[in-house]
Amino acid sequence: MATETLTGAQALIRSLELLGVDTVFGLPGGAILPTYDPLMDSKKLRHILVRHEQGAGHAAEGYAAASGRLGVCIATSGPGATNLVTAIADAHMDSVPMLAITGQVNSFSIGTDAFQEADIVGITMPITKHSFLVTRAEDIPGVVAAAYEIATTGRPGPVLIDFAKDAQNGKFEFSWPPKIDLPGFRPVTDPHGKQVQAAAELILKSHKPILYVGGGVIRADASKELLALAELLHAPVTTTLMARGAFPDSHPQQLGMPGMHGTVPAVTALQKSDLLITLGARFDDRVTGDIKSFAKGAKVIHVDIDPAEIGKIRHADVPIVGDAKVVILMLIAELKAQMKDSKPDYEDWWIFLKGLKERYPLGYSEPDDGKLSPQYVIQRIGELSGPEAIFASGVGQHQMWSAQFIKYERPNSWLNSGGLGTMGYAVPAAMGAKVAQPDRLVWAIDGDGCFQMTNQELATCTINNIPIKVAIINNSSLGMVRQWQTLFYNSRYSNSDLNTGTDTIMVPDFVKLGEAYGCLAIRVEKVEDVDAAIKLAMETNDRPVVIDFIVGRDAMVWPMVPSGISNDAVQYARDAAPIWDGDE
Amino acid sequence: MSTQHLLSLLVENKPGILTRVAALFARRGYNIESLAVGTTEIEGVSRITVVVSLDGQPLEQVTKQLNKLINVLKIVELEEETSVARDHMLVKVRTDSSTRSQVLEAVTLFRARVIDVVSDAVVIEVTGNTAKCQAFLKVLEPFGIKELVQSGAIAVSRGSKSMSEKVIR
Repeated sequence: MATETLTGAQALIRSLELLGVDTVFGLPGGAILPTYDPLMDSKKLRHILVRHEQGAGHAAEGYAAASGRLGVCIATSGPGATNLVTAIADAHMDSVPMLAITGQVNSFSIGTDAFQEADIVGITMPITKHSFLVTRAEDIPGVVAAAYEIATTGRPGPVLIDFAKDAQNGKFEFSWPPKIDLPGFRPVTDPHGKQVQAAAELILKSHKPILYVGGGVIRADASKELLALAELLHAPVTTTLMARGAFPDSHPQQLGMPGMHGTVPAVTALQKSDLLITLGARFDDRVTGDIKSFAKGAKVIHVDIDPAEIGKIRHADVPIVGDAKVVILMLIAELKAQMKDSKPDYEDWWIFLKGLKERYPLGYSEPDDGKLSPQYVIQRIGELSGPEAIFASGVGQHQMWSAQFIKYERPNSWLNSGGLGTMGYAVPAAMGAKVAQPDRLVWAIDGDGCFQMTNQELATCTINNIPIKVAIINNSSLGMVRQWQTLFYNSRYSNSDLNTGTDTIMVPDFVKLGEAYGCLAIRVEKVEDVDAAIKLAMETNDRPVVIDFIVGRDAMVWPMVPSGISNDAVQYARDAAPIWDGDE
Repeated sequence: MSTQHLLSLLVENKPGILTRVAALFARRGYNIESLAVGTTEIEGVSRITVVVSLDGQPLEQVTKQLNKLINVLKIVELEEETSVARDHMLVKVRTDSSTRSQVLEAVTLFRARVIDVVSDAVVIEVTGNTAKCQAFLKVLEPFGIKELVQSGAIAVSRGSKSMSEKVIR
């Protein structure tokens, strides 16, 4: 094998190039400087200089979530590395394939409390899929290749590599491909045939099945297969917050999102079902509510690539460990073989579900204060942008409304922080998504609270010609906090006012802030201006756009199941529970 | 009701592996009763023996979570009937001329060994299963235990099969 003498830093850049990485988001500092030098010469790697390392982390996540490819971020040691922590934890919760590269002090200084030294491998142990500390240049190609393999194979997740400065500076004979030595890493992708057979039998015996679809279907790129399975069975489908877009919202079998702010049909269908066909979902508490009363009458088929998810929260009658795409294809073949020419009959089930869909569609009432209805704004953004666009959201009310009122037709079109619930995700994630998919329209739908956490990346967007559109759903408060304070704390609004509304001191003024960052920035307060503003944003591609939508602050997210309560108690609107036909 | 389980882990001998394993128990809220680590017959592979109090479902979950650690190669639960487990213990016991012979008698009865003697104390080593070690301690208690150090259980399955078979590619 031909070799070449390289420094560790050169080897790191070369390894990333050889692995097909084309973009890295980062910010240099002392301990990573050796790597930034050869990075400058790379023809294949585009480095995007962020304004805060958390932005680099979320941008890498957005890049990965929009494209399905590995997202990469770089930071220096100490505070640079710790600033990545939130994004790494976020990627861990939402199974995002991510590589975090950090500089570390010289190996001989590790442990001496040297300048900008932090034990980032130790800090990130519980929030990474794996992490490496590299102290020798010659280990770099093998470790980088192993990290790539771990981050992208099986259940995806973040991997961190901490490079001591002397490892970056050391010279060695580089050769490619390196030997990847991971004897303890053997993800199972092909399921047991017997389990698939058992699942098919259970499905054909059921009368009230539901496909409970999670983010794993998106990560496994199994949407097409899911559609085929759903149509073969003619079973209802619910897509979790992480799976919005995994199954088209326009499809008549789609019931919408389940969980705390799920649709009445989806929440109720899960509760009344006799079989949950669980695909890449993990029975999150925001989906199940009180677990003891969740879907009590249902048997469970649980398909997941991570064996630890199966049986973690809910017992699985038929556990299937495997890649969602492979499992669904096998299940379709098995069902066809078992069904012969007959189709399962779910007519009574559908009569019940269709009744729910008719009686309890998603809706909202206009705010009393005459301001814009946030749901309307979000719905119009979705309608005017269409299903080929990408929508990234922050966390809170606007996130739930974006999950509810935008119609998703394809996977990877909805990006959000589901598991960790990271405020500030939207702007940098949208930036990463736009870099990964430059031809798509990319929206960050953000709250006035979230936006103030990471908006400095608008500088990155303007300077690097990344024309994202930011819609601030400005209710002048931490909206979801306010909603809970209204409902559960006697309307005592402890520390949830942000003073960003037009009837406040308006600090900051988001239009001025957007302009300061070189964006086209406008404010919208009237319903008749909403469409024109959205269209203006869509037509403006020479710079980012910020629209400050002033919305009513008392709008609430409905339906809602209060935290820790049975999903049977879903409320359609405040103090309005669905009315059952007396049979329950 | 939680019961004690003895897990044997084969792990790659990489920096931080003990932290990863211990942290996983802590993070998921499980208490480690004892822990013993050492190298094995295979270079680069260490063995961690951990005793943990759990009931069935969490045990399955902790095993699965441990299996997700990249440096963990294999995990088995060693059952009492099909394996042998030993604790190793060093005890420093207060003695004087009037009690020394009684202590030495206990040492003989428990097949323990005296490894250091001074005028007012003896150091005893004892090996056995946890029950035996505990019984021995109870006998020594009235004399005054000045210092106690225990290794944590180590265990191996009975028969000719080895845990490391089929582990290394």
